[in-house]
Amino acid sequence: MTGTISITKGPEFSRIMGLGVARGENVVPNADIIGPIDSSDEWIRKMTGIATRVRAAEGTEMIDLAERASLEAIKNSGIEPSQIDTVIVSTITFPHITPGAAPVLADRIGATPAAAFDISAACAGYCYGVGQADALVRAGQSKYVLVVGAEKMSDYIDPTDRSISFLLGDAAGAVVIGPSETAGIGPTIWGSDGAGAGLVGQNHSWTEVRNGASFPTLRQEGPSVFKWAAFDMAPIALKAIAAAGLTPADIDAFIPHQANMRIIDQMVKQIGLPASVAIGRDIVDSGNTSAASIPLAAERLYRDGAVKSGDIALQIGFGAGLVYAAQVIVLP
Amino acid sequence: MALSEQEVLAGLAEIVVEETGVDAADVQLDKSFTDDLDIDSLSMMTIVTLAEEKFDVRIPDEEVKNLVTVGDAVSYITSAQA
Repeated sequence: MTGTISITKGPEFSRIMGLGVARGENVVPNADIIGPIDSSDEWIRKMTGIATRVRAAEGTEMIDLAERASLEAIKNSGIEPSQIDTVIVSTITFPHITPGAAPVLADRIGATPAAAFDISAACAGYCYGVGQADALVRAGQSKYVLVVGAEKMSDYIDPTDRSISFLLGDAAGAVVIGPSETAGIGPTIWGSDGAGAGLVGQNHSWTEVRNGASFPTLRQEGPSVFKWAAFDMAPIALKAIAAAGLTPADIDAFIPHQANMRIIDQMVKQIGLPASVAIGRDIVDSGNTSAASIPLAAERLYRDGAVKSGDIALQIGFGAGLVYAAQVIVLP
Repeated sequence: MALSEQEVLAGLAEIVVEETGVDAADVQLDKSFTDDLDIDSLSMMTIVTLAEEKFDVRIPDEEVKNLVTVGDAVSYITSAQA
């Protein structure tokens, strides 16, 4: 042996420095989509809480939404795009299996030669990304990490599908995570259960499409996914609170993935959050935007005056895989 | 000790009342969850989950569609805990 490998050492803490979002340009009310699923505005509101969902205008791609959200997040962070050294994009709707969306996004925003890679963790993807970014910064591997949840779900929906398509919207949410003097991101509690892989996801694989199946769209076993999300995710959320050394009484805001209002309501109950906690409920107007939904709900809470910089928020993502991740953060 | 059908019915009725706000007297063995008690698929999963916890039984998701009436659920729970 002739040498010893040196390793990087990072700051003790990381934090979210700034947030940016981009919603699809078109606001689509229930009335516009109920025909092919033989449903009603009343039924959709009762089962999901959704009144409208945002969808991208013709010509707007998932990467366009990602770019808009990213530039806003970087601006709000007070740094320059060139200072971003890592770009993580969480998405299930970038229409290329390869190359990934992250290198393309890095180039568009002026962050080349940042390390850039995608995460495929569906609706948990944003929290997976935040967990990765926190670890990269504290390990000294990265200084400023851009984490983006970006989806154009409307590319993968079937207007006649009554299981999930009518919930879905298009949007992107981004944050910059960098070094901090104080703890800004608690430990990530994450995991998976691949036995539930068939409960939600695309209906055909790409090889099946090559062999004659139709273009893949999303499907779910709604009641089973509801049961898993509404009840099995509360213990994960409680673990994230405990891992951060806090109790539910310390939480200012709860920002869960916006899958269904009924899931959100049941989670609040199961976690035992005090009535004073601000709850992210952006699903009413934006629909379920998968990896983008948590940053979108956070932005909405600021806009409504329900939260402010420095507040402590519990965020949890859960979805196709099945996968989940939760952490407590300080809002930027 | 395993609970009797009457005890399971009483316990299940408490869950149904809590979830839906229906009158406890309406939760009878011959009532259909969907047609009589107006319980939708998500409320049904909530009731099933709370019943699993309360009676310490496992009700697989694929079994839920077979629980058409309150009596179906009471029978399933009673035999599952035996």
